[in-house]
Amino acid sequence: MARITMREAISQALWEEMERDERVFILGEEVGVWGGTYAVTKGFYDHFGEKRVRDTPIAESAIIGAAIGAALTGLRPVAEMMTINFAFTAFDHIVNEAAKLRYMFGGQFTLPMVIRAPGGGGRQLGATHSQTPDAVFAHFPGLKVVSPGTPEDAKGLLKASIRSDDPILFIEHATLYQVRGEVPEGDYVTPIGKSKVQRPGKHVTVVTYSKMLDVSFKAADLLAQEGIEVEIVDLRTLRPLDMEPVLESFKKTNRAVIVEEGWRSYGVGAEIAARIYEEAFDYADAPIKRVAQAEVPLPYNRTLEQMALPQVIDVVNAVKEVL
Amino acid sequence: MEKSKYLEMYRQMVMIRRLEEEAAQLYQQGKIGGFLHLYIGQEAVSTGLIAARKPQDRVITAYRDHGVAINVGIPARQVMAELLGKATGMSKGKGGSMHMADVTKNFWGGHAVVGAHLPIAAGLALGDQYQGNDGVTLCMFGDGATNIGFFHEAVNLSKVWNLPVIWVCENNQYGMGTAVERASAVSEIRRKADGYNIPNEKVNGMDVMEVHQAAERVFEWVRSGNGPYFMEIITYRYRGHSMGDPERYRQQEEVRCWEKEDPIGIFRDYLMFKQSVAEAELAELERSVAAELKEAIEFAESSPEPPPQALFEHIYAD
Repeated sequence: MARITMREAISQALWEEMERDERVFILGEEVGVWGGTYAVTKGFYDHFGEKRVRDTPIAESAIIGAAIGAALTGLRPVAEMMTINFAFTAFDHIVNEAAKLRYMFGGQFTLPMVIRAPGGGGRQLGATHSQTPDAVFAHFPGLKVVSPGTPEDAKGLLKASIRSDDPILFIEHATLYQVRGEVPEGDYVTPIGKSKVQRPGKHVTVVTYSKMLDVSFKAADLLAQEGIEVEIVDLRTLRPLDMEPVLESFKKTNRAVIVEEGWRSYGVGAEIAARIYEEAFDYADAPIKRVAQAEVPLPYNRTLEQMALPQVIDVVNAVKEVL
Repeated sequence: MEKSKYLEMYRQMVMIRRLEEEAAQLYQQGKIGGFLHLYIGQEAVSTGLIAARKPQDRVITAYRDHGVAINVGIPARQVMAELLGKATGMSKGKGGSMHMADVTKNFWGGHAVVGAHLPIAAGLALGDQYQGNDGVTLCMFGDGATNIGFFHEAVNLSKVWNLPVIWVCENNQYGMGTAVERASAVSEIRRKADGYNIPNEKVNGMDVMEVHQAAERVFEWVRSGNGPYFMEIITYRYRGHSMGDPERYRQQEEVRCWEKEDPIGIFRDYLMFKQSVAEAELAELERSVAAELKEAIEFAESSPEPPPQALFEHIYAD
């Protein structure tokens, strides 16, 4: 095991997949000469050349559309949205084209493509650059939505995504790039569509993913000092959603808190809570709590922004409320 | 050009028109659902273009796609079956009128969001360029599509990357019911290509030979590595934008004026008077089209509905 950052894990996955498969190439804004705005593709342009590391105009529909077309010809493009907030300008190509072409043409089309998109708040970038619209994209059948919370999962899931024959939105969190974690040596893939218990416990189930996994871990550490053992289930993939580990955990703890960075209304927490109630209502010993972002466009001011984002203390309080 | 090729082009044009006339009837009988956009009047455009392509050349178009389906060689029975939503259609009844495709014939749809297929066309061309294939992508769209952002993003990218793509604007004078000059700041649409430094020309789309000769030249030019090319093909649809269009935006005199330029009539005269094809031979072709269509409708009507399990098939590959 090596201890590396999330950025290094994602970068390694891309590099290794490009080395093993000529069909894999990268396109996006500033992915080449610049080296990626988050430096994920630093050094790629010099090593793989401009054919496989393609700088594009600032034109997200062209980026995603070109990735779709290239995928239809048998290539395996990895398109980068500089941030997920810019994916809205390519919304039609992601949800109306990539997610539907296979089904709409009766299975004739295959789209082996990945859209990498960093998202999330907490960097004082203001309302248009700080969003967590994961649930919006996860709403659409035909698209797969992956969002890892650890370097190990990021590397394994990105490799699995690149090797998948389906269109995948791979959502990274911009404030996780520096986070370190243990990553296995050598080639490995992590299966898409599998949730995972990241921390065992017996008193309360916390369901979360991405950056909020980190927040939930910190909350669990604090709660452990009070003798409260939290079990953390990391969704890792939002579509297709794997509820098995969630339900298994809930049937054991009978209490759940769902922690997401996005807005509460119509969000991931709403979906998970509904499914728990639908499938395990009799096991509930307390109403399920949701921890989510305040329902405001994120403000620039640091204090206000942090007030809006879910904090460790919010998770701690929610856990105590369901006990 | 060989006589057999002329006659095949004529057969396709007649097939498109008769098939769509039948489709209009089936629509009025409630056997075809959703939207139905007829290509009647524009047959010379896709026929002339696609007759100039090689098998490795990809074709992609918008929702007015029945003509292209016939031109790339999809049998009329399959087109009819897809219109009727049957399991025997190319898209297994899941696509319908606006979503015809057949990847074995290098036909990549059939796209219903105006302009959205242009970036995809750029990607198809990128795929060929990347893999060193000598295929050219032929991308057709209406005049209305040149006002949406997708058009500008895709056309710009094609020049920046020198992609082997032919952009074809089928200017049929109206984007739905809005005349070109009411929606586009530039009514001579090919001039938009000047903004991206892409060579361009205007072609008379009512004359299939003119379209075909231009297309042969343009395919070779693009295939030779010269990058994208832009054709504005002037044409006219005789029917409404889709079935049920009240056509309040144009006078019937205008339609009748264009009908004098009927592409099938022009080509028929050309074949008889310039190529000495006997009228009896053309009449025989027309009869064979009618017979094939009759069989196609019977096939489509007697074909099975998609099975219930088809509802959950083909969402994902893995």
